[in-house]
Amino acid sequence: MKVKYFAWVRERVGKAEETIEPPASVRTVEELIAWLSGQSEAYAYAFEKPKVIRTAIDHAHVKPDTAIAGAREIAFFPPMTGG
Amino acid sequence: MTSPATACPVTIRIQEDDFDIAHEIAILTRSRTDIGAVVSFSGICRADEDSAKISALTLEHYPGMAEEEIGRHVSEATARWPLNGVTVIHRVGRFMPGQNIVLVLTASQHRQAAFQAAEFLMDYLKTSAPFWKKEESEAGTGWVEAQTRDDEAAARWTKS
Repeated sequence: MKVKYFAWVRERVGKAEETIEPPASVRTVEELIAWLSGQSEAYAYAFEKPKVIRTAIDHAHVKPDTAIAGAREIAFFPPMTGG
Repeated sequence: MTSPATACPVTIRIQEDDFDIAHEIAILTRSRTDIGAVVSFSGICRADEDSAKISALTLEHYPGMAEEEIGRHVSEATARWPLNGVTVIHRVGRFMPGQNIVLVLTASQHRQAAFQAAEFLMDYLKTSAPFWKKEESEAGTGWVEAQTRDDEAAARWTKS
């Protein structure tokens, strides 16, 4: 699946987007965040406070317990500050 | 007698270029005789934030989702209020104090719906549309943190 990062999450991860293949045991948004955090120090730093991270699946906001099955694009970002 | 047309054209744009408020209002109201009220809100880059002098502000967005998210809230606004036109323009890029950032126009037959819909859209733009601000100040460069007061402002529109 395609993953996108924005604002300081992007800066900490060190890239704007990538394609990942998490194991089948990773079923929800929070499990994906935990799995990514174990991949490298950069991810661990980006997701050090998982409760702060907002997630969108296919352009719609979702909660941490949302299943990721069938997602084409998952995005992680900080709380929004537009307007 | 037939009732006046109540079509509600919607314009949503995310752009680097500046906008002209008068020009956008003229587009919204051109050839219309059913509009009795247009409310415009424009958000402008300030020079200070909590006593720190801001020299520039950079706006980043999530292309695709930002337009869709604004579209979802415009649809909700048109369902809640009798609107005759909505324009939302959000700029991205790097801005200096005094420069325009965002424009919301709401048109209706009467002012109350236009005022309320404009406030509703701005409250949701600030808390749910995927845009992020980065400030440059004397203290350095840093991402603007989301404000609890913005969440509280958006929460008042939730139907109980």
